Amino acid sequence: MKRKHRMNSNTILILITVLLFFIMYFIGCVIYANKGFGNFQTFLNILINNSGLLCVVAGMTCVMLTAGIDISVGALVAMDCMLLATGMVKGNNCILMLLLVLLIGAVFGLVQGFFISYMNIQPFIVTMAGMFFARGMTAVISTKQVSITEANNALFYQWANTKINFPAFMGIVNNKGATMVPFIRPPVIIALLCVFAIFIMLRYTKFGRGLYAVGGNEESARMMGLNVKMIKLKAYVLMSIISSIGGICYCMNTMSGSVQQATGMEMQAIAATVIGGTLLTGGVGNVLGSFFGVLIIGTITTLVQTNGKLLSSWSNIAVAALMCFFIILQALFSVIREKTASKRKNARVLWSGK
Amino acid sequence: MRKLLEKITKTKLFLPFFCLLLVLLINLFKSPSFFRVSVSNGVLYGRIIDILNRGSEIAILAVGQTLAVAVSCGTDISVGSVMSLSACFTCMLLAGFGVHSTTVLQMPMLIGIVAGILMGGLCGAFNGVLVSKLKIQPMIATLILFVAGPAIGLLLCNNQMVYIRYDQYKYLGNFLNIGDWKCPIPTPILVTVLVVAVIAIILRKTSLGLYVQSVGINRRASRLLGINSDKIVFICYVIAGLCAGVAGVVASSRIYSADPNNIGLHFELDSILAVTLGGNSLSGGKFSLTGSIIGAYTIQAINTTLLAMGVSTDQAPVIKAVIVITIVAIQAPVFKQWWAGMKNRRQAEAKELS
Amino acid sequence: MAEKIILTLREIDKSFPGVRALDRAQMTLREGEIHALMGENGAGKSTLIKCLTGVYECDCGEIRMDGTEGTLCIHSTQEAQKKGIVTVYQEVNLCLNLSVAENLFIGREPKTKLGFVDWKAMNRMSEKIMGEHRFNIDVTKMLGDYSLAIQQMVAIARVVDIEAKVLILDEPTSSLDDKEVETLFELMRQLKAKGVSIVFVTHFLDQVYAITDRITVLRNGAFVGEYKTTELPRVKLVAAMLGKDFDDLAAIKPEGESIVGEKVIVKAEGLSHSGTIKPFDFTIHNSEIVGITGLLGSGRSEMVRCIYGADRSQTGKMVFKGKKVKFKAPIDAIKAGMGYLPDDRKADGCINGLSVRENIILALQARRGLSMLPRDKQEILVDQFIELLNIKTASRETPINQLSGGNQQKVILARWLCTKPDFLILDEPTRGIDIGTKTEFQKLMLKLASEGMSVVFISSEIEEMLRTCSRMCVMRDGEKVSEISGQMTQESVMNAIAGGGSNAKTT
Repeated sequence: MKRKHRMNSNTILILITVLLFFIMYFIGCVIYANKGFGNFQTFLNILINNSGLLCVVAGMTCVMLTAGIDISVGALVAMDCMLLATGMVKGNNCILMLLLVLLIGAVFGLVQGFFISYMNIQPFIVTMAGMFFARGMTAVISTKQVSITEANNALFYQWANTKINFPAFMGIVNNKGATMVPFIRPPVIIALLCVFAIFIMLRYTKFGRGLYAVGGNEESARMMGLNVKMIKLKAYVLMSIISSIGGICYCMNTMSGSVQQATGMEMQAIAATVIGGTLLTGGVGNVLGSFFGVLIIGTITTLVQTNGKLLSSWSNIAVAALMCFFIILQALFSVIREKTASKRKNARVLWSGK
Repeated sequence: MRKLLEKITKTKLFLPFFCLLLVLLINLFKSPSFFRVSVSNGVLYGRIIDILNRGSEIAILAVGQTLAVAVSCGTDISVGSVMSLSACFTCMLLAGFGVHSTTVLQMPMLIGIVAGILMGGLCGAFNGVLVSKLKIQPMIATLILFVAGPAIGLLLCNNQMVYIRYDQYKYLGNFLNIGDWKCPIPTPILVTVLVVAVIAIILRKTSLGLYVQSVGINRRASRLLGINSDKIVFICYVIAGLCAGVAGVVASSRIYSADPNNIGLHFELDSILAVTLGGNSLSGGKFSLTGSIIGAYTIQAINTTLLAMGVSTDQAPVIKAVIVITIVAIQAPVFKQWWAGMKNRRQAEAKELS
Repeated sequence: MAEKIILTLREIDKSFPGVRALDRAQMTLREGEIHALMGENGAGKSTLIKCLTGVYECDCGEIRMDGTEGTLCIHSTQEAQKKGIVTVYQEVNLCLNLSVAENLFIGREPKTKLGFVDWKAMNRMSEKIMGEHRFNIDVTKMLGDYSLAIQQMVAIARVVDIEAKVLILDEPTSSLDDKEVETLFELMRQLKAKGVSIVFVTHFLDQVYAITDRITVLRNGAFVGEYKTTELPRVKLVAAMLGKDFDDLAAIKPEGESIVGEKVIVKAEGLSHSGTIKPFDFTIHNSEIVGITGLLGSGRSEMVRCIYGADRSQTGKMVFKGKKVKFKAPIDAIKAGMGYLPDDRKADGCINGLSVRENIILALQARRGLSMLPRDKQEILVDQFIELLNIKTASRETPINQLSGGNQQKVILARWLCTKPDFLILDEPTRGIDIGTKTEFQKLMLKLASEGMSVVFISSEIEEMLRTCSRMCVMRDGEKVSEISGQMTQESVMNAIAGGGSNAKTT
């Protein structure tokens, strides 16, 4: 039997997300054409500015698939940034610092995962404690902002400031007469690689399918022989490692570490994942949807910024309104699905034998 | 004697009580004058009074949060943002839109305060509709106001702090002055007692407490036996919103202003913590209001202790995280089972030897 | 057939707070036999199975398996699976958000050379497996989109595909109709031929005598006896389970015709609910017991839910006790004088965590709204019913989840009797209940009817309905097709269900 693509409600939700992004972006291009919104670079800037968030969201999707949540990511990113910044300023080896940050992410995720998975404590509480811990540690490392300059660590500085240019023919001439070629930076490549890797993992590996199973029905997954505790633990370790990668990207963007960094990032990540069609109840989700969720949030922020007259609070309100829309939409779909399921309960089974 | 000890340790309120006692004893150890209460300028002073005073907002929030958690098996994470919104709304009404600081009120103070509380109730109603009618998960539904609340508050205050330099406005957050007599007890404590008393009476004298537990444990069955589950859920969220409104107005009155960015910040986390430390399960059902109140003051005690020990506010969260995780871990059923298992093994070994 | 013993359980003890679930229980399983495990509710069948499969750890006792030295110490379902002991429980333990193919292969997905999940191979192999069981369904569809019966078949197909030495089926036929039960039996015979030993936990006597080789009976957690099925008459089996000579079943046959009242209590015309039940008429008098029968999924529960207001009726009208009524929610029905015992005790009946007392007075309380029923009145009422229904509980404050299934059902029945309804709907009140309690329920029903109550009785066992009902509504495919009354026999009822009975809608 050929495998047909099912047009179920989950697919429809993702399609709406994608469509919404294109519509919003298109509106922006039309309204702010004079401010250069329509340039390809604007889109690339969204990717550049949100590369950290992209990584975090990819990890968040995995955790939310298991019906869990991780609100410590913002704090973890800030802590990583601060670590990197202070490390670089002290002149430590760049590669070593990056590895250290990843290691710390792994340990962080391991501890959180242990409490959630083996001690059976609510993820919200554990990751909240993690958030407190990481925020506090950031301040313990340094209460003042630390900036990375070229003098501290030339290698990192170079990486952060690299421009990866697109082919010359895509360049446009700006009003000063110079040709601007669209470019992206290394964090974007890293983020896209992360998203791609998570996508492959979720679709084609035993662990990825295990995540869906655990989120769908934890008890059943256990009965079927899956090591549920280990799967959940791995999910949180993965989340923290990928958040640390996001932290590295974030640091490359800001080139500094401070206590106030990345506040609210966890809520942005959750919003992006929800907008992208992942259910907080677990078992349903797609990292591509989350990717577009980030793009939507990025577009809204850019729209508000380009306007210039609107307060930045408006982008928060817009994100909240969008989230409201998607949450209600998901709820309506699940109500419809329940009604059709009860109809199916009474349907007769089709027999082919005997 | 042993049996009595066993009986005490098995009661539901034991752990919350024990944790509070522990924190207080640590304080006592560090500063013997901890429990000393003195009267100065006609008002009560002392560390204990301070804890009771500053913990008022958390206690009031915890009352509402307990009901929301118990009835809907999820957490209301918007309470902090609703606090901020209520405060901003009140101050905006009292000062007039766009006014930065005022000594003259635009409307009677009581009306402004009541309006702020009702705004909290309105937010609670919004959450209530989403959770009860649309059956959306509480954490997701309240996420909307969590993101939107402060943003709307900022807009109401025109992106600045609003000062109400009007003597009587300070009473709610500080001390009541009736004529010549100054009430020795800080008003927030009185407000807390009032709120707790009202809610406790409602829960005990009417069947609301029973219904909340029934709906929280099994919503479908509750509906089938005649309970209007939707209405009960809605009522609980409105109560949570009203509590947030009260807490917001009290917080605003303390600093006789509205600070959209800081009022209510992280209070939702503290309120959820209070509920958990009180021995209540975040998966709903049976609840103990007393436990949550004890939990609320435990958290405030921790906050105060850390300040007294000279830990900076930025770094304090680290210790708070460790304490919280320890307390929650001890309360976790898995730990209790392991502890019981160890005890059984020791008893068995002792028996074998004898 | 070689009588090789493959598994022995001896001296198994297991206790929970306040309850001794297993008391030196034992069981012996031979290779390639189908072995029934029977007992009343609270006898310990589920507990014994869970001890065997690692869900619980037994307090003491020995489990020995052929091919393993010494006693087995199984701590998890995975360990049990490695030994070849697999279980399919009554609640379908699959992930509804995944496709059929995935559910069949969770934990052992076929991999491509690169180590990734091979979807094509998985789908192909799943189609083959389902085809072998003669269930040609689309394996790429989400399992949640299929009916419960299909989900159960997938669950069994899954464990069958994994090499099993011992297959435990925990009440697998409760939600299956006759055709599906026959498919299951065919499957079991195939496995038996392959040498797989099957433990079949069930309440259905017919099925036990149709398929099993041996029967082990437990009572109150203790081992009563092991018998060869062909050598054990039914009466003796029931006696072993109850521990007494059983003629109570015959004794409750009503002498002569039951006296049906004159007043029409419920007169429903043209009620329906889209997607669940087509328009129907229904009438019942006082002092009458009406049965609703039909195959699984024929709309029995849906019909009563429509009458009760649990599903709002979209058409038609209803007259209750002479007054025109329109129920928008269950509370309306309760206030008018109806009661409804739902068929799914766990999901729709018990409020776990609340005490026996709270569970009993809850409906009565709901009728009063927010005004609290005084505590002393509650206690008197609860004690009354504990005695009347013979509810076995440590105290009235015991949480209901600590009671056995039968006693939980009694508590829920007490809940409705509290409200003194004029019209009581009992939907599968005896499902999953031991025979002793079943007869108690039936006797009680007759008593309530004789005192004036109108009762609707839904059951999958036609025998017990014949013993109590004066009239039967026959359902088929979500529609009420006919009614039969007068001289009813099992045969006439079966005919009516199958079709070809009188189509006249008598009232």
